[in-house]
Amino acid sequence: MRELTYTAAAREALAAAMAKDPSIFVVGEGIGARGGNFNTTAGLYDLYGPMRLRDTPIAERGFIGLCAGAAMTGARPVVDFMFLDFILDAMGELINQVAKMQYMSDGRLKMPIVLRGSVGVGGSAATHHSGNYYSIFAHIPGFRVVLPSTPYDAKGLFNTALRGDDPVMFLEHKLLLNTKGPVPEDDYAIPFGQASVVREGGRDCRVTVVALAAMLRKTLDACDQLAKDGISVEVIDPRTVAPLDMDTILQSLHKTGRLLIVDETFAPCGIGAEIAAQAVDRALDDLDAPVKRLNGAHTPTPYSPPLEAAVIPNAATIEQAIRDLLAE
Amino acid sequence: MTQTTGKPLTKERLLALYRTMLVIRRTEEQLARAHQAGLIHGACHTYVGEEAVATGVCANLRADDAVFSTHRGHGHALAKGVNPAALMAELFGRATGVSRGRGGSMHLFAPEVGLMGTSGIVGPCILQAAGAGYSFKLLNTDRVGVAFFGDGAANNGAFHEGLNMASIWKLPALFVCENNLYATEVPFSQSAGNPNVAERSAAYGMPGVLVDGNNVVKVYEAAREAVQRARSGGGPTLIECRTYRTRAHSEGMRDAGYRSADEVEAWKARDPLKLLAAQLPADDIAAVESEVKAQVDAAYDFARNSPYPDPATATTHVFSE
Ligand SMILES: Cc1ncc(C[n+]2csc(CCOP(=O)(O)OP(=O)(O)O)c2C)c(N)n1
Ligand SMILES: [Mg+2]
Repeated sequence: MRELTYTAAAREALAAAMAKDPSIFVVGEGIGARGGNFNTTAGLYDLYGPMRLRDTPIAERGFIGLCAGAAMTGARPVVDFMFLDFILDAMGELINQVAKMQYMSDGRLKMPIVLRGSVGVGGSAATHHSGNYYSIFAHIPGFRVVLPSTPYDAKGLFNTALRGDDPVMFLEHKLLLNTKGPVPEDDYAIPFGQASVVREGGRDCRVTVVALAAMLRKTLDACDQLAKDGISVEVIDPRTVAPLDMDTILQSLHKTGRLLIVDETFAPCGIGAEIAAQAVDRALDDLDAPVKRLNGAHTPTPYSPPLEAAVIPNAATIEQAIRDLLAE
Repeated sequence: MTQTTGKPLTKERLLALYRTMLVIRRTEEQLARAHQAGLIHGACHTYVGEEAVATGVCANLRADDAVFSTHRGHGHALAKGVNPAALMAELFGRATGVSRGRGGSMHLFAPEVGLMGTSGIVGPCILQAAGAGYSFKLLNTDRVGVAFFGDGAANNGAFHEGLNMASIWKLPALFVCENNLYATEVPFSQSAGNPNVAERSAAYGMPGVLVDGNNVVKVYEAAREAVQRARSGGGPTLIECRTYRTRAHSEGMRDAGYRSADEVEAWKARDPLKLLAAQLPADDIAAVESEVKAQVDAAYDFARNSPYPDPATATTHVFSE
């Protein structure tokens, strides 16, 4: 099958949607003629012009608030943050307005707004460009929170984001943007809340690992190492953390008896804590060992490569965490 | 001040403006009594004294124009076409309220008549009105987005970001600043380096008008010009309406220590309803009085006798499906 980069796959979904639906417009800094800092909109300005590819002032709070008003009145905005860290300037608009609008209006207003941007630790981006705040957004009622890990998922999930009527956080890990993978040409959509079993464990498999976004590749690398010792691991990528497909995780846990959540971001009140709580709540009898989490350090993100590497899980630490859990 | 010209308003038009102002006044008075009686479960900021602003602006709007309002939004809702009964029922927390009891005073939603929400947060309405303008332009309509906001909100960053974006993209939007001289108890003169809001329009490259916000005809004329400009592709306008709330910031709050009784009396003497009534035949005014009284009494009975919402609806509509 044809291969595309992660960014190109999402862009293909955006371009096809814009061709069909004139109410879709994109805002962001440098997303017009420049085509986006990460090429998220390359080529689209020539087709659709400034009204639909709108370069904005550096006014994150302002343009999210503006897009909220546009979404309430029939348009479908896509907000491109380049780095999602900049969204923090607009938390009031997001949590008090965007996330609550459908509820406040008793369902009479829709909020079809896609908020996209790069997230995550990598490339010495340092702490103002390495944020990974998906657990915060998943905590808030009203957001869909999406973290594709492959080009295939990026296109399919972006299509779903563009077709729904809810606010979607579409979070693109910066280490994945230029990764390549097979992407079908047809216009498929991947529903939110459907985890993918990325690596199926054998019949003797005694551990399930949940990993997201950039942690998925590292987890698979760890699994390759473990396979050399005959250790089988089942790996699940939730793909969306809100909604969270707990059923798929619990089905796997039922089979394996052990659960590890590998999460690049902070442990306290994080998505790993949520998954662990639900596992204990709903599947205590399936657990042969405590649920374990492997998280990034609870610290701002440092710049220097050895410091940066020290605050996030890697294939070796993941491999060790799996071995430790199997020894429990 | 910009001079507005145009034909003088007909008696019928003036009476219609009076009627809207009176509906707001009587509804607010009824709500104030209901608040004292414990029928209102949350906050209640009345619009008494400021009726001319919402009335004069909304008389130039169509149902498909979008109004984004504030914590002091009953007047905007009523002037935009919300039924007083549905408004009161909302403040009483009833299922028949405009927001089905889930919002109260600061979360009134009636998109069917273009009321896109009152708000518990000061500022966002400015951005959302600009966004409605963006949407209406993108979709090739001649609709307009309107933000009402206070002098306090004029010092919020949303004002700067919203007006700048509306100006650079020539959005069909109206920014109506209701300068009632105080944000809660803080005088605007102490919170603004330049307390003339209309003058700020120049900094954004858009027209700005300062009008007497207690004179409904002046407000009407300024808004007419601004709405025409917006509809015809001429871009946004900032209108500053100088006005005054004659009741406390919020019902049940003290209203002393930060402004003088003389100041309040001086503004009451310029009551927007009195100013207009003086230009109209007494018989007509009396007829409107009794009509509105009956309407507001009926609204109150309706609201009071409406059922509370089913608790099963407390978690619906978080998402679109
Ligand atoms: C962002 C935000 N900050 C603070 C408040 C609390 N608050 C409610 S009304 C108000 C004063 C608003 O003054 P103004 O904008 O002049 O409107 P007015 O009440 O005079 O109509 C404040 C500070 C709020 N609701 N939202
Ligand atoms: Mg004020």
